[in-house]
Amino acid sequence: MKELSLNILDIAKNSVKAGATCIEIFLIEEAGIRTLTIRDDGCGMSPEFLAHVTDPFTTTRTTRPVGMGLPLLKLAAEQAEGKLTITSQQGENHGTTVQATFRINHLDCVPVGDVAGTMVTLIQGSPDIDFEFLYRTEAGEKRLSTREMREVLGDVPLDTPEVLAWVSELLHEPFC
Amino acid sequence: MKTLAELQAIRDSMKDKVSLRNGTAGMRVVVGMATCGIAAGARPVLNAFVEEVNKQGLTEKATVTQTGCIGICQYEPVVEIFEAGKDKVTYVKMTAEKARRVVEEHIKGGKIVHEYTIGAAQN
Repeated sequence: MKELSLNILDIAKNSVKAGATCIEIFLIEEAGIRTLTIRDDGCGMSPEFLAHVTDPFTTTRTTRPVGMGLPLLKLAAEQAEGKLTITSQQGENHGTTVQATFRINHLDCVPVGDVAGTMVTLIQGSPDIDFEFLYRTEAGEKRLSTREMREVLGDVPLDTPEVLAWVSELLHEPFC
Repeated sequence: MKTLAELQAIRDSMKDKVSLRNGTAGMRVVVGMATCGIAAGARPVLNAFVEEVNKQGLTEKATVTQTGCIGICQYEPVVEIFEAGKDKVTYVKMTAEKARRVVEEHIKGGKIVHEYTIGAAQN
């Protein structure tokens, strides 16, 4: 993956597939470390599946027995002296949290890239799921809450082209 | 500075249109959006289809949706176009630019862009 925002899109798609109703995506930069957290309330994974989930030969896809999403995020983190942590629970309080850290000034730290494009794609693909997005840096923050959007929009679907354009413009604005 | 108030304006302008958007489109544009597609550049392709279909006023005619791995990862980004009564058309190795041409010629004009299809890529 050329940009971290593409990993975010890819991993959040796992949350969609796990039946999540709300997906939180936090990108926080502090003291030279970038921490990505993707937390969902999906069905969660069994301890057995979780133990092998970063193995590329573990996947839920049915077209072939290879899944590169989490291994690629793990690689991106570790090549920038960070690490990948996954916690998951089935049954009561089900859900999964994927967290990856990166040393920002590391030569091999991938750029964040087009987070606006990623959020537009996620909302377009799953207009009925709630997304809470926060990107905080030392220069300020960008925030998007589909819950707040829905309160204003009423029954207008989130994948309405004019709404997607609004999301894109909002997230292309400078940090504030 | 974008504000939530602008969403209110969108809501007001949508009042009469919303009911028309529910599954009446005859054409379905499906973009593969699994790890393979994303890594190969499917995100700008998807967003180009969404923007261009809207810009050309074709939202009643075509809906743009996402799917997982189609199974031909070496040809990603892959886009399939389904239309009732016609064979599925599979476009391969797509870019945002190619997407805009497919909207113009295939979705709007009804003419398949043969040079971007999987048939052309395999010959």
